[in-house]
Amino acid sequence: MDVLKKVPVREQEAKVRATNFEEVCLGYNKEEAMEEAARCINCKNAQCVKGCPVSINIPAFVEQVKEGNIEKAYEVISESSALPAVCGRVCPQESQCEGKCIRGIKGEPISIGKLERFVADYASENGIKPAAATEKKGKKVAVIGSGPAGLTCAGDLAKMGYDVTIFEALHEAGGVLVYGIPEFRLPKTKVVAKEIENVKSLGVKIETNVIIGKSITIDELMEEEGFDAVFIGSGAGLPKFMGIPGETANGVFSANEYLTRSNLMKAFDEKSPTPIKRGQKVAVVGGGNVAMDAARTALRLGAEVHIVYRRSEEELPARVEEVHHAKEEGIIFDLLTNPVEILKDEAGWVNGIKCIKMELGEPDASGRRRPVEVAGSEFVIDVDTVIMSLGTSPNPLISSTTEGLDTNSHKCIVADEEFGKTSKEGVFAGGDAVTGAATVILAMGAGKAAAKGIDEYLSNK
Amino acid sequence: MYKIVEAKELVPNIYMMVVEAPRVAKKCNPGQFLIVRTDETSERIPLTICDYDREAGTVTIVFQTIGASTKVMADLKTGDSFHDVVGPLGKASELCDTPIDELKKKNILFVAGGVGTAPVYPQVKWLSERGIMADAIVGSKNKDLLIMEDEMSKVSNLYVTTDDGSYGRSGMVTKVIEDLVAEEKKYDLCVAIGPMIMMKFVAKLTKELGIPTIVSMNPIMVDGTGMCGACRVTVGDEIKFACVDGPEFDGHLINFDEAMKRQQLYKTEEGRKMLELTEGDTHHGGCGNCN
Repeated sequence: MDVLKKVPVREQEAKVRATNFEEVCLGYNKEEAMEEAARCINCKNAQCVKGCPVSINIPAFVEQVKEGNIEKAYEVISESSALPAVCGRVCPQESQCEGKCIRGIKGEPISIGKLERFVADYASENGIKPAAATEKKGKKVAVIGSGPAGLTCAGDLAKMGYDVTIFEALHEAGGVLVYGIPEFRLPKTKVVAKEIENVKSLGVKIETNVIIGKSITIDELMEEEGFDAVFIGSGAGLPKFMGIPGETANGVFSANEYLTRSNLMKAFDEKSPTPIKRGQKVAVVGGGNVAMDAARTALRLGAEVHIVYRRSEEELPARVEEVHHAKEEGIIFDLLTNPVEILKDEAGWVNGIKCIKMELGEPDASGRRRPVEVAGSEFVIDVDTVIMSLGTSPNPLISSTTEGLDTNSHKCIVADEEFGKTSKEGVFAGGDAVTGAATVILAMGAGKAAAKGIDEYLSNK
Repeated sequence: MYKIVEAKELVPNIYMMVVEAPRVAKKCNPGQFLIVRTDETSERIPLTICDYDREAGTVTIVFQTIGASTKVMADLKTGDSFHDVVGPLGKASELCDTPIDELKKKNILFVAGGVGTAPVYPQVKWLSERGIMADAIVGSKNKDLLIMEDEMSKVSNLYVTTDDGSYGRSGMVTKVIEDLVAEEKKYDLCVAIGPMIMMKFVAKLTKELGIPTIVSMNPIMVDGTGMCGACRVTVGDEIKFACVDGPEFDGHLINFDEAMKRQQLYKTEEGRKMLELTEGDTHHGGCGNCN
């Protein structure tokens, strides 16, 4: 074997997977995992740990995998992460742990993500659960939202002995893990449901169908229902649209809607009562991970799919792996292209998207070169469906109903990075509700930080 | 699970259910809606809250069977349960935020069409509990489809009309508005809830008559919390989300033609589901979508 290269991971073949919703990556088996783990040089001053938002002791768990002690490896990971099967699949490892791996200086880094995934799946298949707290603190914490931030915060607090209840607005727990990320990247029954079961096995209660700010307010949770502290992990919020003509035509969807129909409501399955528009030719506007998810979903529902993005490939915010997978599956990338109008027929249905060519100018505030329109270069792509994947703006439901909770100029909740403390006593926050749309692992990191903050707050109260 | 303490068919295809949902009952106000799911695989169905009992912890919904999912709902009996009930969603009626003294000075006209009588009821009732008897027009296709006449007559000065003249006055609700205005009635505010086409024509008329008008929109929704944007409606030159900005809007600013087109979005898909449901394994084409 070549120690400079990762042990390759098995995947479903592109042509086959483009027609189904089964998971793309098949993961390592034990032999492959042990072989990959053996590449780790067990650095004294491990850089990978510094790259991990939840500081998993990576060399320690990889060492256990190398020895074939998978259960021990799971124990090490569980000390730091409540959702390893999820993170092993959706974390941007290339810019975190693996990005810092010393092995990666010369050759390829250790495949930390795939090893984490293997360990978590092994634990799940063999009924290994994280250890619950033995001592109870006798204090109640409410966690708002059951996405990655909420689950992590709840899991950590439960392990410390707190009595934790998660309130979820939808009918199912998991947040973006169930409504946003598609089945073919993150299986719902096999992976997400089991991780949630693990969090519940720590003693965490989950009440679905409760919308904080509508069904009950934060003040009421603290005053009437006896919660000593609250963590807000309510997620990203309202989808953005471009504000161009034709956006209310039939056949224009937000990526949130399209993905929620397919993922949460299972509309990809013909048997689901929730409908989804199966387009013939679909344009997905945007270049992030959510855009890739929407595009690859539309492809699997039978459409020819175009990604329409105003900058060039280099600036695509999506993970390289996702772009690579999308291309393999046959997604067409119309780069340096920006929509100016959505065209519709007399009945109000989309029948085209008018775009203009762009070129890159001087760098803008984000450091990326600003796209500039090329005069007179308008053209039309024939499509019957347009999916807008332009990010989100914060949902005001909580901030507008909670006295003394400060928000910033973007209407995101203000919380300190170290402990997630907000302007309101006993209230902590983290994840997309604070940062705006980001990644699963950053939300988990924030949930973890807030759990520490809440523990400190309640211990000194 | 959310227990159904009472279920009955009011008239053919229109059903009333009283459901245990303490969190919703405690906080809801007239104008707001909720979302139900019958079982763990069901669609999320938004319905305007028709009545509530804070002490009993129950809410009342009234719905018409229009597709596969509402047909399944209609089969539920007293003692059965909904898998999910979530709410209250949307903003409460503007009336709830207006000082009572101001409301007392106003002449308010409610206009309800068909199953839209149900969401009008809590608003009229709310006013009557505060000593304000408003005028209310309830329109239905014919006598047999008229709902909630007794309830409405207790809380408003009620004018019933049927399209075919089989009961009450004869003709559309817009004709009754014209008649009342011709009888020297003066209105400062109109609240119209019913089929989109009815709200469109009521708004058109009241604009001519100079009566400010509120309508309640019921577009397609998924989550109902602002997350999906399916429910966007054009209000003046702005795009609003009915679930968080509404469901009530200025009727004179709504683009009804667009809203009606948007309601057709899943018509084919819905039809297909309906055929699958009614024909089951015996379904052999005709829906335009199967092989």
